[in-house]
Amino acid sequence: MAVYSRKRRIENGVFLALSFGAAALGLVALVFILAALLWNGVAGLKPSVFTQMTPPPGSAGGLLNAIYGSVVMTVLGLAIGAPVGLLAGTYMAEHGRYAKLTVVVRFLNDILLSAPSIIIGLFVYEVVVTRLGHFSGYAGALALAMLVIPVVARTTEDMLLLVPNTLREAASAMGLPRSHVVWKVAYAAARPGIVTGLLLAFARISGETAPLLFTALNNQFWTTDISGPTASLPTVIFQFALSPYKDWQQLAWTGALIITATVLLLSIAARSLGSTRTAK
Amino acid sequence: MADITMRDRPARRSVDAGRAAVLSRFRTVDSIFAGMTLGAALLVLVLLGGVIVSLVIGSMPAFRAFGLRFLYTEVWNPNDDVYGALGAIYGTVVTSVIAMVIAIPVGIGIAVFLTELCPFALRKPIGMAIELLAGIPSIIYGIWGLFIFAPFLQTHVEPALIAVLGPIPVLGALFQGPPYGIGVLTAGIILGIMVLPFISSVSRDVFQTVPPVLKEAGYGLGCTTWEVMKNIVIPFSRTGVIGGVMLALGRALGETMAVTFVIGNAHRISSSILLPGTTISAAIANEFTEAVGDLYTSSLIELGLILFVITFIVLAIARYMLLRIQRRAGA
Amino acid sequence: MTHDAEPVTTAAPPRPAADQDRANKIAVRDLKFFYGDTLALKGVSLNLEANKVTAFIGPSGCGKSTLLRVLNRMYDLYPRQRAEGQVLLDGENILDPKTDLNLLRARIGMVFQKPTPFPMSIYDNIAFGIKLYEKVSKSELDGRVETALKGSALWPEVKDKLGASGLSLSGGQQQRLCIARTVALKPDVILLDEPCSALDPISTARVEELIDELKGQYTIAIVTHNMQQAARCSDYTAFMYLGELVEFADTHHIFTSPTQKQTQQYITGRFG
Repeated sequence: MAVYSRKRRIENGVFLALSFGAAALGLVALVFILAALLWNGVAGLKPSVFTQMTPPPGSAGGLLNAIYGSVVMTVLGLAIGAPVGLLAGTYMAEHGRYAKLTVVVRFLNDILLSAPSIIIGLFVYEVVVTRLGHFSGYAGALALAMLVIPVVARTTEDMLLLVPNTLREAASAMGLPRSHVVWKVAYAAARPGIVTGLLLAFARISGETAPLLFTALNNQFWTTDISGPTASLPTVIFQFALSPYKDWQQLAWTGALIITATVLLLSIAARSLGSTRTAK
Repeated sequence: MADITMRDRPARRSVDAGRAAVLSRFRTVDSIFAGMTLGAALLVLVLLGGVIVSLVIGSMPAFRAFGLRFLYTEVWNPNDDVYGALGAIYGTVVTSVIAMVIAIPVGIGIAVFLTELCPFALRKPIGMAIELLAGIPSIIYGIWGLFIFAPFLQTHVEPALIAVLGPIPVLGALFQGPPYGIGVLTAGIILGIMVLPFISSVSRDVFQTVPPVLKEAGYGLGCTTWEVMKNIVIPFSRTGVIGGVMLALGRALGETMAVTFVIGNAHRISSSILLPGTTISAAIANEFTEAVGDLYTSSLIELGLILFVITFIVLAIARYMLLRIQRRAGA
Repeated sequence: MTHDAEPVTTAAPPRPAADQDRANKIAVRDLKFFYGDTLALKGVSLNLEANKVTAFIGPSGCGKSTLLRVLNRMYDLYPRQRAEGQVLLDGENILDPKTDLNLLRARIGMVFQKPTPFPMSIYDNIAFGIKLYEKVSKSELDGRVETALKGSALWPEVKDKLGASGLSLSGGQQQRLCIARTVALKPDVILLDEPCSALDPISTARVEELIDELKGQYTIAIVTHNMQQAARCSDYTAFMYLGELVEFADTHHIFTSPTQKQTQQYITGRFG
């Protein structure tokens, strides 16, 4: 074959080898990171991690107060952000589908979606922390809520737009009020996708650090009251990892393992939910 | 309840009257719900507006003190209360450039692998694995970078770079100084690994919008995979790929935790990428809670404003490009 | 070809005026419809007689579905669509902006081209409309659901799996479920928009039988592209073309001795 010259064959081979190499590199990076995390994190995975408080330098302890703070702030952040995101997404896909406002909201929501999270932290610091005069878990939860809103709004809109219009027409043709068309029919049809979005938002904020640094700050001690400075896993990891103490560094690795496991479980759950929907 | 036939007018009327009563109650619910969705949509506007306004107000003291000089001076001295953003801006740009140099070819390579080379059975699991990489919190990259990757670079890679590339004129300036392990290069590489999944998943999605007919036509002419990619797929999907790259760039510019761990936090511009530096987000993360005095705090907030403006522009371009490819795919 | 603005109404038997008002469930008067700036109905007038089946036929884009969607003001869901003229339902103009759309649509049921079961159980597909409007006990509700499903001849097929998703049914069953759902709300008028176009011949036959049974109680308007279907199950037939009503008469009349040349060409399959 004269046309299929040697030069072209080599060119093609090089290209294919490179893209194969790229994929291998990406996968190897993933494996390396997870392996290091497992190796270093499991070493410190003792029951005391879940039962004891973060220790002072040089002594043993656990992460209980940090885990508690993380769970409370994450759940609260989701509880505040998800309804707002859900309603905003509903506006864009349903009530305001043909409104000019929707174009603007969609664009700005996308900006908010990818805005640096540390900026959100600065905003909440300016608006909440300086007003109240002190750091608090509530401020941290608000910052997380601001990260939840754009994720949930975006997925809700996308999923509702996938609901065929004939279904809305059929419901309207029965004389159903608009709110019922949305609740009983559109939400029901889009439910798996919306839940996926909620889980992804949950996964995202459970590992967020930057917006908590100067909203919730940190707290060495056990407290169930989140109106004051509140510890969270990511900020504790940040503080402990950069410290010179071996005990603290070990706890940082273990905390990192806990967060990663949580986030990966949540994203896998979200994705498998999403794929059962498309398989149907 | 008796069945209502057409001729049964009075019964018909009473049914309608009952329904009218029910519906008038629903009308209130309806308008409340519609109002709530509108309110939530407006809240998104208010929040973004609030972010901008609060950053502008917060940075006023620094702006009054330094004016535009803030943008092009490198001094960052809390003791004398004098601040300039250039070091942080420079670090932000350089780390992002390094990240893109790594992530663009590798990310697109992965996308090509997934759409053209990979056996079908493996496409989903590998694609999912790479998307999971995107879900890993950035602090994990940070801690991994600090304890594993930086020491590795320090002992195995950087000495070689200094020895081999250091003596070369011009280029060698990038690779001077002792091998610290932490520094601009390390931060850039870790950022590159972090944004890789964004580029590859967007590129893969965009490649899949190329009509199969076009590719088949190319293969039908006897083109190799490389030639089909180069002449058909890439030109067709260029806008979308650029959109994905811009999205990743926006991410890299604003990323905080992965960078803060490994960049060394030094407000200075060094020609060598092996030396410590800082980025806008790392500076804010490291110094904000310790900042004493209004001017220090305000300078950090002005840094935040600069970061927001940069990422806003990059993200706006990204969204515009992705929107264009969506429109075309839809048409 | 030109034709008169007034359609030729050959079959309406002469009746006293008062009686005519009673017999005409819906009266359409000089109806114009716009999609944006495009005129889709160019002044249509006709009457739908109570407890009869009126079929609308004509080539695609002739405005027959548009006309149907005006009767329950479905077009109100979309921007830039509007209607002019009058549509009188029992003498009241439903195009009046003050009309309560939900009440109107509860009175005028509609079945669509594609089956549209809601993403919920078979039972709930029927029950939730009833529950919305009326306070009924559980046993009464069960009875209403059963009656509706029997009415649409679906009962024997689904009585053991009322909790199953409506989406698990076959296309023909889904369409009968949608009819049952519509009937359960006790409407006055039922609009059928090409209800059989997505169904196989056997399912089509069952739906047609159903239409025949329903017309004793309801005023029915059906849009179809299938002329045999119009001939089989309607009392009156309207032939539309390019947004105008060309001919409206007794079905038998239309199919045996149409007065307009276009009607004749269409029913003999020479265009459309």
